[in-house]
Amino acid sequence: MTVLMVLIRRELSLAWARGGGALLAVGFFVAAAVMLPLSLGPAPARLAAVSAGVTWVVLSLASLLSLDRMFERDFDDGALDLLALGPLPLEVVAAVKCLAQWTVSGAPLSIAAPVVAVALGARPEAAPMIFVAAALGGLAFAFLGGTGAALALASRRGGVLIAVIVLPLLTPPVIFGGAAISNFADRLPWITAVSLLAAYALACVALTPFAMAGACRNAQS
Amino acid sequence: MFSALANPARFMAFSRWAAPILALVAAGLIGAGLWLGLNAPPDYQQGDTVKIMFIHVPAAWVAMMAFACLGGASFISLVFRHALADAAARAVAPLGAAFTGVALVTGSLWGRPMWGAWWVWGDARLVSVLVLFLLFLGYLALRASIDDEAKGARAAEILALVGLVNLPIIHYSVQWWNTLHQGESVMRAGGSALAPVYLTPLLLAGAGYSAAFGALWLARIRSEVWRRRATSLALRAALA
Amino acid sequence: MISALKIEDLAIQRGERVLFRNFSLEIAAGEAVALIGANGAGKTSLLRAVAGFLRPIAGSLTFIGADGPLPADDARRAVCHMVGHQDGLKPGRRAREELIFQARWTGGDEPAALAAAARLGITRLLDLEVRVLSAGQRRRLALARIIASPRALWLLDEPLAPLDAASRALVGTLMTEHLDGGGMILAAVHDPLPIAVRTVEIVG
Repeated sequence: MTVLMVLIRRELSLAWARGGGALLAVGFFVAAAVMLPLSLGPAPARLAAVSAGVTWVVLSLASLLSLDRMFERDFDDGALDLLALGPLPLEVVAAVKCLAQWTVSGAPLSIAAPVVAVALGARPEAAPMIFVAAALGGLAFAFLGGTGAALALASRRGGVLIAVIVLPLLTPPVIFGGAAISNFADRLPWITAVSLLAAYALACVALTPFAMAGACRNAQS
Repeated sequence: MFSALANPARFMAFSRWAAPILALVAAGLIGAGLWLGLNAPPDYQQGDTVKIMFIHVPAAWVAMMAFACLGGASFISLVFRHALADAAARAVAPLGAAFTGVALVTGSLWGRPMWGAWWVWGDARLVSVLVLFLLFLGYLALRASIDDEAKGARAAEILALVGLVNLPIIHYSVQWWNTLHQGESVMRAGGSALAPVYLTPLLLAGAGYSAAFGALWLARIRSEVWRRRATSLALRAALA
Repeated sequence: MISALKIEDLAIQRGERVLFRNFSLEIAAGEAVALIGANGAGKTSLLRAVAGFLRPIAGSLTFIGADGPLPADDARRAVCHMVGHQDGLKPGRRAREELIFQARWTGGDEPAALAAAARLGITRLLDLEVRVLSAGQRRRLALARIIASPRALWLLDEPLAPLDAASRALVGTLMTEHLDGGGMILAAVHDPLPIAVRTVEIVG
């Protein structure tokens, strides 16, 4: 087993154990989505009009939930020092952490998203695109969120600070994903929106690890 | 010019004169721009409300420019580890947030008579400025929540660079989003064919705002340098 | 493998305060150095600078291999073991998982990790979660990691603090073996180490 696999296994198991793993994110997502009909009233037409958009927003919020523990635990117990002295650069460690975060929260959320959206009144035809957008967008959320989590390491304030840093950066994926979902549902051209979302997610995967590693080194110094 | 000014002593000597001169230039340009602008004929559609443009549009320009300056200063500080660049980044962030705030408030005031609402999501530029405001807030929040000054500076620099890379994407994604959701009929404020009677005061005010921004920035960098000197003097006195 | 660590005219600053200046030290293969100094003198900071976590404001750190100086960052990844105040162990995971991960991550393997656990007398603890272990047991688990994966330079920060007398003697034996095999030890200590070492004081 290569050292990369060793790292991936550790990060997955830690991410799974972190605050209830998938259950927590999906639980928050569903509970927050339930608030929508409770606040807007049960009229199907009104709910259907906003269902996809609300699903998408709540999804981005749910993916911010367990971010604060991503680097903080390793930082607090000294494991980050150990990770920094390993054979792989800290950039790779950061990327693996984000992928693990996506696997335990982004992937289950992208399965839950179409179900929730349809339950709120979105047309079932839109379900596949909601799944794709949630999976791709979740990747961008995880990597941008990881950047916020790494930057907040030195502050010991976590949670809300990460959200304030990260949410404005989420503007492009939220726009691209929302457009993909609504265009697909309305049978309009959706290729552009999905391509932009995928390109943005890949750019995050490629670039943010450098910012995360820099932020970790800064916190360690 | 940057390398010459990187020396703090030379910067202090330079900015001591440059800041007040820029302030005077700013006062003259803004005064001229507003005088011409307020005396311009009312727009045939917007009436006198078009004149808010001379306050609003330059503020939005300078807000964008301030974020670019923040990113540039952060980059220099991160790569060359220069203390003055960090002071410049620290000094520009609240300034940028303030100009962004002015752009938002005046945009909203302009929107009320034009659209009959204080805020309309149909104006992509205003939405971009709003996101810019949130980016500034995130930067300030991060910087304020880290006690260790050196670590806070470094983390804030990284965030500024991430924001700088993201800013054009945010800007174009918001514009693209706007074209997707046509439907609300929104007047495009200050379109490409702006009559010279409006364009001249607008450009004058823009140049004046930029000069004012420069003057305020220099003054804030100066006070940041003084603050650091005071801190290290106090520390030295305490340890002596 | 490195044959020497050379520290020249090092200066380290924390916040506004310069901890020390002009600190020089050379450690050759087979040599152990005990760093002493008052609280806050900069012992931990020096160790962290050697490990690459702190950037010195002046001076140089050189890892010297068989063919001359090595690129510092690559050398650190290959030769440094660091055991600090925190042991880097996750409270919620089993000792076995943690030890095997840490050993593999730093270049060892599972049999070596289990053998190291046996050396340190913690085999029976391996199936427990880390959170139920005492401070001394955790420290032995952390030390098992550095036995399991051979790296030349041990950077130890108060390695003996939580250990009882028997464990201290055992760690002394392990240190001697490490030095006999051409290893190096740089340890920040208040209590003397159980082996013969060169003592260097950090003065601010």
